[in-house]
Amino acid sequence: MMKQGIYKILFNFELAPKVFRMVLEGDTSALLSPGQFVNIKIDGLYLRRPISVCDYDKKTIVLIYKVVGEGTEKLSRMQAGEELDLLVGLGNGFNAENDCKNPLVIGGGVGIPPLYNLCKELIKFGKKPTVILGFNTKDEIFYEEVFKLLGIDVYVTTVDGSYGTKGFVTDVMKNLQYDYFYTCGPMPMFKAIEGIATTSGQYSFEERMGCGFGACMGCSCKTKYGNKRICKDGPVLEREEIVW
Amino acid sequence: MVNTKVTLSGIELDNPIIPASGTFGFGYEFAYLYDINMLGTFSFKGTTKDARFGNPTPRIAETASGMLNSVGLQNPGVEKVISEELPKLKSVFNKKVMANVSGFSVEDYAYTCEKLDSEEQIGWFEVNISCPNVHGGGLAFGTSAKNAEAVTKAVKKVTNKPVYIKLSPNVTDITEIAKACEAGGADGVSLINTLLGMRIDLKTKKPILANKMGGFSGSAIKPVALRMVYQVYDAVKIPIIGMGGISTAEDVIEMMLAGATAVQVGAANLVDPFACKHIIEDLPRVMEKYRINNLTDIIGGAHNG
Repeated sequence: MMKQGIYKILFNFELAPKVFRMVLEGDTSALLSPGQFVNIKIDGLYLRRPISVCDYDKKTIVLIYKVVGEGTEKLSRMQAGEELDLLVGLGNGFNAENDCKNPLVIGGGVGIPPLYNLCKELIKFGKKPTVILGFNTKDEIFYEEVFKLLGIDVYVTTVDGSYGTKGFVTDVMKNLQYDYFYTCGPMPMFKAIEGIATTSGQYSFEERMGCGFGACMGCSCKTKYGNKRICKDGPVLEREEIVW
Repeated sequence: MVNTKVTLSGIELDNPIIPASGTFGFGYEFAYLYDINMLGTFSFKGTTKDARFGNPTPRIAETASGMLNSVGLQNPGVEKVISEELPKLKSVFNKKVMANVSGFSVEDYAYTCEKLDSEEQIGWFEVNISCPNVHGGGLAFGTSAKNAEAVTKAVKKVTNKPVYIKLSPNVTDITEIAKACEAGGADGVSLINTLLGMRIDLKTKKPILANKMGGFSGSAIKPVALRMVYQVYDAVKIPIIGMGGISTAEDVIEMMLAGATAVQVGAANLVDPFACKHIIEDLPRVMEKYRINNLTDIIGGAHNG
């Protein structure tokens, strides 16, 4: 259940060019599953900015975001000690508690952050996830080592071949064995995955949102089971229900 | 002790605060955040004869002190509203609700209102003749005095409940439309719906909204809304529900001084889900500050002298 609160910034620093890691302190009891997001009020901007949760514990929330516009630009200039008004515990996240044993976890660029907490959850439920992280180029890479510290196999791809496997996440995926998959990233990556995936899976979608909590119908999409709101019924949808 | 009560066509409201249609769903997204029975009432999601998905996404864009939406009346259709939404609403809201209805022809409006008329929980109809997001739809009625009067008459024929017509600001003279509604037998008017607007993405060099244009709402539009409520107050005798950019108790008082009997809060609910709760809790303090004992006394107060 969503909660509103004031959160104190503990850290906010650049991990990779234009990619920032922010740690916030406050009530995290509204966070129930990996892949949920927070909606941040930023001074001078009317609408809140939805950012996926990378990780959390009892008192802190980790966000990794890329500076792509005015909101994230302002966010990136905030300092430790400053406070933010957040709606926390938004969205229907990943279900890590299913029958799979060896899931693939596939992230592209800034779609990667929520997959970190997902991997921790999968490991907690006794599964052995394998991770594929896709980037454009070596300089953009973040969190490879952090994923590796979970003791799981991590593959990195770069489009220009400057690091890891040259090409796309699907160039690694097609050679791996798996019984399920979880993914978050850009739409072209989703379509490539959809083209070669051999199992069920879960996709986390992105859409321009108004409220972030299911009231305005701004981010609706059609599914095989009727209309859904990306912010409330998603952002995670199951492969079987998605209309591409 | 200040008195925040107002009366809207014979039904007393504990306070004049009404979440606006399209920003409050059918109530239950908010009912788990706070007791929505503290509201005066609320206007439920615009309902049409048939189910609608609405427009393609993106259908939200930001503006300075406001936002654009081009949702396009997504709703499950009147049958499902009656069979699924209203029973759920009943479990979280025990006051009369305002039924917001939209359509694409005079017959559509009458059909949907007639279907809803027997629902006991509905206290008022708010007939939206001003949605800017449906081609050939609501707006065509809201921008023609003749059509506005025809819709009003048709709806009045199928219900005895009070009928408020929701007006578009996207017209040359809003008072002309308000007068036509009054002539058609409307019990009141509500205004303003969103202003037609646009944003363009500099990276793609294309409009941000898939539908290109959308309805502009939020704090930025308050002066336009106040001006129109003020003008309509002078033009008609029927009560006005004022809305447009309301986000504080001070805004509510300002809108009532312009001529509103009750006040709707729209976009503010999307930014702060507790916006209406905060306004209602703050209202007595602000009334005391400005030495207002009875809210009813200030309706149209800016017109005196």
